[in-house]
Amino acid sequence: MDNNWPLWEVFIRSKKGLSHKHVGSLHAADADMAIENARDVYTRRMEGESIWVVESKDIVASNPSQQEELYDPAKDKIYRHPTFYDIPDEIGHM
Amino acid sequence: MIEKNLNQIFQARIDSEEKIEARDWMPEKYRQTLIRQISQHAHSEVVGMLPEGNWITRAPSLRRKVALLAKVQDEAGHGLYLYSAAETLGAKRSDLIQQLLDGTAKYSSIFNYPTLSWADIGAIGWLVDGAAIMNQVMLCRTSYGPYARAMVRICKEESFHQRQGYEIMIALSKGSEEQKAMAQDALNRWWWPSLMMFGPNDAESKHTAQSMAWKIKRKTNDELRQAFVDATVPQAEYLGLTIPDADLKWNEERGHYDFGPIDWDEFWQVVKGYGQCNKERIAARRKAEEEGEWVREAALAYAEKQRIKKENQKTKVA
Ligand SMILES: [Fe+2]
Ligand SMILES: [Fe+2]
Repeated sequence: MDNNWPLWEVFIRSKKGLSHKHVGSLHAADADMAIENARDVYTRRMEGESIWVVESKDIVASNPSQQEELYDPAKDKIYRHPTFYDIPDEIGHM
Repeated sequence: MIEKNLNQIFQARIDSEEKIEARDWMPEKYRQTLIRQISQHAHSEVVGMLPEGNWITRAPSLRRKVALLAKVQDEAGHGLYLYSAAETLGAKRSDLIQQLLDGTAKYSSIFNYPTLSWADIGAIGWLVDGAAIMNQVMLCRTSYGPYARAMVRICKEESFHQRQGYEIMIALSKGSEEQKAMAQDALNRWWWPSLMMFGPNDAESKHTAQSMAWKIKRKTNDELRQAFVDATVPQAEYLGLTIPDADLKWNEERGHYDFGPIDWDEFWQVVKGYGQCNKERIAARRKAEEEGEWVREAALAYAEKQRIKKENQKTKVA
C-alpha cells in the first residue's frame, strides 16, 4: 500500500477584503486534514483568516515555454492604458 | 547543440536576476544540486528539534517553556516548507525521508552535539540559530523561486529564535557564579561547531564555484563565517563571556575579526557519523517514522471511507 498522503496547495487570505494568496503546500490524507494542517503550519502568527486548499494534481498551469506566444501580444497594445490618451491639463484628473 | 543553447539561455536568465520556477527548463545538475541542498536543509530543521526538545519539559519557567515550544514547533514548519520546495523539483517526500533514515542524506552536523545543560538552549538560539540566519538571509535571494520564498518565510520566523536564546544567555551571565559558569561552558562547547556550520573553507569546498555561478548561493562559506564572527563577538562581550579562541582579535586593516584555525578533523568525523549523537538522532527519527506508520495508514483508510460514503449519498439523491 502506498502510504503517501496526497499533496495540497494552500491559499490564505491575510485579512478580510483581500484575495487568497498561494503560501505553500503540504501533504494530508483528505481535505479536512489539509485545512487543519494548513492552520497549524501557515497561520501560527495571525497570517490569515481564511484558508483554501486544493489538491496539487487538480491545478492546471500554463506552459512556461509558451511565454512569448501567450504574453507578447499584449505588449504593443499601449492603447489599453489610460496614459495613451491626451487630455488637456485644464480638465484635471480623469 | 540544443542543450548548449538552453544552458546559455538559462545562465542569461540567472545573470539578469530572474527567478527560476518549478516548470522552467533547468540543467539537470542544477535540479540535483537543489534537491540535495534543500532536502539536507529540511532534514537539519527536523533533526534540529531533537537537541532542544530534550529540554522542553525541564525549562526553568513557564515563559521559557512556551518560547522553546514555539521555537521547536517553528522548526518543524521550516522542515515542511523546505521539503515542499524540494518536491516542486520532482523529488518525492518519502524518498527524501528514506535518505535521511538510511544515512545517504546528511543534515547539519551541529545537531550531533548533546545539550548537556539549560545554558545550551541559550547558546543554541544565540549561536546556532544566529549562524543559520546568516545563511538563510542570503538564501532569500537564491535563484530558485520556491526555495527563495520558503526562505523569506523562514527568516521572518527565525529572528525570535535568536533573541530568545540570547535572552537566556543574558539571564545566566548576569546571574549567580554557577549560572555564569554554565553560560561560559555552553559557549565553550558551541562556539567552534557553530563556525563549522558554514562548511569547509572556500578553497576546499567543491560545490561553491558552480553554486555561486547559478546564484544558488550568493556568498561563500568563508564570507558568511566572517560575517557571523564579526556580528557575534560584540554580543559575547556584552554578556561578559569569553570566546574560546586565543587568536581572536580585531584586525584594523581588514575591518574584521581574525580568528584561529578550525579543527576540520573534528568536523569530518562528525559528518561521517562519529559525532557524539549521530546514532541517537537517527534512531529517534527512525522510531518516529516507524511508530507513525499506522497513523498514516489509518488516516488514508479513513479518508477513503469518507470518500465512498459521500459518493453513496450522492447516488442515493440522484
Ligand atoms: Fe529553522
Ligand atoms: Fe530556528
